[in-house]
Amino acid sequence: MSSYGVLAEFRDAEGLLAAARRARAAGHRRVEAYSPYPVEGLAEAVGFRRNWVPAIVFVAGLLGGLGGYFMQWYSAVLSYPINSGGKPLHSWPEFIPVTFEMTILAGAVVGFLGMLLLNGLPRLYHPVFNVPEFDLASRNRFFLCLRDVAPEDARRFLGTLAPLAIWEVPR
Amino acid sequence: MSDVAAPLRRWSYASVGDKIADIVLTRPARWPWLAGFAASFAGTLALFGAIAWLFIKGVGIFGINIPVAWGFAIANFVWWIGIGHAGTFISAILLLLRQKWRTSINRFAEAMTLFAAGIAGLFPILHLGRPWFFYWLAPYPNVMELWPQWRSALVWDIFAISTYLIVSLLFWYAGLIPDLATLRDRATSRVKQLLYGLFALGWRGEARHWARHESAYLLLAGLATPLVVSVHSVVSLDFAICIVPGYHSTIFPPYFVAGALFSGFAMVLTLAIPMRHFFGLEDFITLRHLENSAKVLLACGWVVAYGYFIETFTAWYSGDPYEIAMAQDRLTGFYAPAYWFLLACNVLVPQLFWWRRARRSVWLLFAISIVVNLGMWTERAVIVIQSMHRDFMPSSWGLFIPTVWDWTILLGSIAFFAFLFLLFLRFLPAISISEMRELVHEEKAQ
Repeated sequence: MSSYGVLAEFRDAEGLLAAARRARAAGHRRVEAYSPYPVEGLAEAVGFRRNWVPAIVFVAGLLGGLGGYFMQWYSAVLSYPINSGGKPLHSWPEFIPVTFEMTILAGAVVGFLGMLLLNGLPRLYHPVFNVPEFDLASRNRFFLCLRDVAPEDARRFLGTLAPLAIWEVPR
Repeated sequence: MSDVAAPLRRWSYASVGDKIADIVLTRPARWPWLAGFAASFAGTLALFGAIAWLFIKGVGIFGINIPVAWGFAIANFVWWIGIGHAGTFISAILLLLRQKWRTSINRFAEAMTLFAAGIAGLFPILHLGRPWFFYWLAPYPNVMELWPQWRSALVWDIFAISTYLIVSLLFWYAGLIPDLATLRDRATSRVKQLLYGLFALGWRGEARHWARHESAYLLLAGLATPLVVSVHSVVSLDFAICIVPGYHSTIFPPYFVAGALFSGFAMVLTLAIPMRHFFGLEDFITLRHLENSAKVLLACGWVVAYGYFIETFTAWYSGDPYEIAMAQDRLTGFYAPAYWFLLACNVLVPQLFWWRRARRSVWLLFAISIVVNLGMWTERAVIVIQSMHRDFMPSSWGLFIPTVWDWTILLGSIAFFAFLFLLFLRFLPAISISEMRELVHEEKAQ
């Protein structure tokens, strides 16, 4: 049976952060860290570089706004021109509210879905859930998972970081 | 800040989460909740019964006619959507301003927003003569080859309300995902594990996930911030764009937004005070939270009072006989008692909050929050109804007298709101667990 990786449990966020930094410094490339609340600097410590969420929200908002304006212009000027109170067909100030709403709507929906997609969620099954103690990752324990070395080497290295416990994660 | 979080020193990551999660998972339903649930369920049934009768008979069951074609339904709509403002204001704007005290009240305020905005969204549809055609307001490819009229405030309205609902829902759900994972891991029954697990989407708290989650949450807050201001501005344009005296006023957008925050914070207090009492959450929702909300009420109350003043002043200053007649009728006419009542509720009573003792007296806060809710509903009703009952031609003047169906649907909507909120308290964590852990962490670090 091949294993997913080796998991070490820590008592607090500072312990996990220090351990993650040491693992990266020791040359480990595939490191994952789990915590019950966001810990500042932890993502960078395990090698997270490019956060695409802001960029896709910006692009989606832009496209949503342009699309919303285009929809109104197309329908009011080309597809269904109708004289309303003598106003010009392309009465742009009155197209602003819908343009604004479409900007926000597209940015928010794509931002939310993009965050899930980049995170690989929804994914109801994941090997780390095979470790019963991992339930505490959503309560008060902090976990570090080494994935790029043989289980014995990973155990030896993690043992030097003073964890509470070490488990092998079965696939 | 430290004053707010000071009681948190007694709590740890585990105990703070367990306390909040156990309200949902293990605490048996006790009689206050059961009594509230039974009463609100009965009211909800009355609401749906009245809606069924409305669909059978048409809007003639309401007291509306010409000239007062907009009655309680529109006043209810404006009132509910206003209440729906405080949640996003607390969540988004206070998040961006780094007001950490918001952490323990944002989750239930967001739920309040969602329910209030959803109920608000029902009313324009209920008020349509042919509600089954409500989707004609949306742009969609149709064989009639028609498009919505983009110059109409009603079309802006449907875009504003539906965007607000969707964005509020996403914001709320994004914040809930890590907490649902906590509930999944802590639940002991199979059904709960499955249901919470399904909605937690497999969240496991990986560092990269948290980083993306945090930036998405912050961006949603940034997007929701202008949205909060825009929604009630657009609602106010439904009125301000008309030429009816009493509607046609440039103060309306800011005045409506301030009124929305005013009634929204009042509703936050109305809900928070019983909730912290019955579920023992005094360490999380502290007196300082209540006091801050009272200060917001006081400030918003003054903006609203300024709105009342400017409305009347502008009517006089315009020299327009119709505007002046409308303002005089508001102060002395048939609906004048309602106007003086709302002035007392919204301007006079909140002045008690100048005293620190009043701001820190829980039951006085609760009583004033109810008074403000009543006052704000009356304000919406006066704007909608009183403005229309006398327009330019004396021959077309008329009165609006609410019928039993007007009252049933108003009170039923309040019961439905309470019903949804009580269910929320039992099935979802009313306070954000992961954000409370952060607060505990910071408090320990100090």
